[in-house]
Amino acid sequence: MAILVNRESRVICQGITGRNGTFHSLACRDYGTKMVGGVTPGKQGEFVDGIPVFNTVWNAVQETGADVSLIFVPAAHAKDPILEAVDAGIQVIVCITEGIPPLDTASVLYTVREQGRFLIGPNTPGVISPPEECKVGIMPGYIHKPGPVGVISRSGTLTYEVVDQLTREGVGQSTCIGLGGDPIVGLGFVDVLKMFKDDPQTEAVVLIGEIGGSAEEEAAEYIKAGFGKPVVAYIAGRLAPPGKRMGHAGAIISGGSGTAQGKIKALEDAGVTVVQNITQVGTILKDLLG
Amino acid sequence: MHLHEYQSKELLAKRGVQVPRGSLCYDPLEGLIAARQLRSDKVVLKAQVHAGGRGKAGAVAVVSMDEDIRARAAEVLGKRMVTEQTGPQGKPVSALLVEEVLHIDKEMYLGIILSRGSARITIMASPFGGVDIETLARDKPDQIYTTQVHPLRGLTDYKARAIAYRLSDSKKIATQIMDVIAAMYNTFLELDCSLVEINPLIVSGERVVALDAKITLDDSGLFRHPEMELWRDRSQEDSLELSAKKDGLSYIKLDGNIGCIVNGAGLAMATLDLISLHGGAPANFLDVGGGASEQVVGDAMSILLDDNRVKVIFINIFGGILRCDVLARGVIRALRRQQVAIPVIARIEGTNIHVGRRLFEESGLPVQMIGSLDEAAKRAVEVAKTV
Repeated sequence: MAILVNRESRVICQGITGRNGTFHSLACRDYGTKMVGGVTPGKQGEFVDGIPVFNTVWNAVQETGADVSLIFVPAAHAKDPILEAVDAGIQVIVCITEGIPPLDTASVLYTVREQGRFLIGPNTPGVISPPEECKVGIMPGYIHKPGPVGVISRSGTLTYEVVDQLTREGVGQSTCIGLGGDPIVGLGFVDVLKMFKDDPQTEAVVLIGEIGGSAEEEAAEYIKAGFGKPVVAYIAGRLAPPGKRMGHAGAIISGGSGTAQGKIKALEDAGVTVVQNITQVGTILKDLLG
Repeated sequence: MHLHEYQSKELLAKRGVQVPRGSLCYDPLEGLIAARQLRSDKVVLKAQVHAGGRGKAGAVAVVSMDEDIRARAAEVLGKRMVTEQTGPQGKPVSALLVEEVLHIDKEMYLGIILSRGSARITIMASPFGGVDIETLARDKPDQIYTTQVHPLRGLTDYKARAIAYRLSDSKKIATQIMDVIAAMYNTFLELDCSLVEINPLIVSGERVVALDAKITLDDSGLFRHPEMELWRDRSQEDSLELSAKKDGLSYIKLDGNIGCIVNGAGLAMATLDLISLHGGAPANFLDVGGGASEQVVGDAMSILLDDNRVKVIFINIFGGILRCDVLARGVIRALRRQQVAIPVIARIEGTNIHVGRRLFEESGLPVQMIGSLDEAAKRAVEVAKTV
C-alpha cells in the first residue's frame, strides 16, 4: 500500500535535461521508481540514460501512460508546467522548485484542486514510499527503510534527520512526504493525515511542523476529532524571533500568530506526543511501536 | 521587502487613493520648509522606520507651528527609533514625512493578504481602525469582516461594495471606499505583495483618506519588479543579514554566542532549539542550503569568524546533495585563511562522510567531530561556557 505513489506509479520529470533534473531522475530510478520519461521542449527524441524525452507533457503521457510528474523548472517559469501537467492528466505533481511567487502558486492551486489532483510542494523534497520502492523527490533514498510509520513534514533536511533516526532504531516508514517550505503549498497536513488514516500499512505518524501559518493547529483539530492512530510531533523554531523568515519563505511568526508554543499546545491538547528534543523522535517511535 | 509609509502612500496615490498633503524631508531645515508650505497652524511629523508601534514610541508627533519645528525634527532625524517591534537596538531614522493634520470623523481598517489555508487573496476590513489588526482581532473579533477573492474572477464590484457598506452607510463615502479597495487589490496583484494595509483609513468631512499605509513585497516575487529594488532601504536591514543574502545564504542574527552552520531551514531551526534546550544560546540562524558549494560553506564560516560574539562554532550537516567532503574543504579553507582559534564542533552525517572526517583529522585544526547530534549540541554548549 503506502499513499500517493507506489510500485505502479509511472513517473516523468519536467526539466529532465537540466543538471538537477537529470541527477535526480536517475537517483529516483536507481531507488526503484519507474521513471518512464522526461519533458524538455525541443528535445523530443533524445534520451537521458535511456529515459525518453518529450516536447510536451501531453506527448509523454500519451506515449508512456505517466501519472506522476516531478518538476524541476526555474521559479520564474514554474506556473505553466504545473498547469500543463494537470491538463495532460497527471494525478500527482511534485514541484521541487523553491522561490515561486506565492500568487503564482495560489492561481495554479485553484485549478489543481478543482480537477481533483494532488500538488506536493512547491519547495518540497518530494515523496517516498519505501515499501513500494518508489521515490519521487530529492531525498537520499538509502536512509529509508520499509515499515509502519508515516512521516509528514514542512522541511527537507529535518525530515532526513528524523527518518535516519527511525531507520537506525529499526523503525521503517510507509510513506514520507515533504509538504514544502512555502507559505502556499498544495497538500497540507490534514490532506495527508486523511490518506494515512485509510492506509492499513501506516500504524503511526510522525508530524514535523515549524513556525508560521496555522497548518499544525488545523492538523491538531483533525486529530482530535478522531484520527485513531498515534501521532508524534516535533515543531521547529521555538527560538525564532518574530517577523523574521527562518530560511523557508513560510517560516515566519507574524503578529503573534504561528508561534511554536501555540502549535505545541494545540497538538498536545489533541493527544499528540510532542517531542522537545529532536534527537529523541526515533527512540520514542521505537518504544511506541514496541 | 518592507516599504516605508511614504513609499506605500506613493504607490496607492498613483492608483487614485487620497493621502494627506505632505512631503519627505531628510534634514531639520527641509522639515521646517515643508511644514511652512502646508500653511496650517499645526503639522504632523512621522519618522520613517520599518516597524509598527510608531505612535506609542513617539515616532509620530503633532506639532504646532508656534514650536521650533527644526528642533522637533532634529529630535528624531538621525536618531535610532525603538518601538515594540524593533528590538532594543532600534532602527535608524533617516527621513521624516511632514504632513497636514486632518480632522478625523471616523477611523477604519483595510488590509489585504494572501491567505495560506485557502490560497486566496483575502480582504480584511473593520469600521474600527487606528489600532493594529492583532489587537482588533483580540478585542473586537466580530468587527473584522473578511472576504476572499476568487482567483479566476478577480475582485468583483459586489464584493468591494459589500465591504464598503459595512464600513459606512453613506453612499458618498462607500463609493470612495470601493475605489480604495480596488486600488489596494491592484497594487497587491501588480507588485506581488504579501501585505497591503491602510490603517487608519479615515473619513474627514466628505473625503476618504489613507492616513497611514504599509506595503510589504513578497521576496519571491521581487525578480518581476527589479525597479522596486531602488526603494530598498538598506539602513533598515541588518548588514550581516544583507551580505549573507548576497552570498546565497539565509542568515539571521540572534543574541547568543554559539555560531551555527546548518543545511536546510527546518534542521537549522531544530538545531537552535536543541542548543537552547541544553542551556546554550545560539548567535545566529544560518542555512547554507541543500546543495551548498565549497565557496558558500567558506562564506558562511567567514560570517561566523568575523562575529566577535561567537565563542564556538557548531556545524550540523545532514549531507544529501551537499557532500561531507565539500563541506570539510570549505570549513578548513576558511579556518586557515582567517587564522582565528575558535573551537569547532562538527556533527556531520551523510554522503562521503568518511572523506570529510579524514580531511578534518588530517587538517590539524581545532575541529571536534561528534557523531551524535544530541552529544554534539551538549558539547558545543559546554565549550561556549568555558571559553
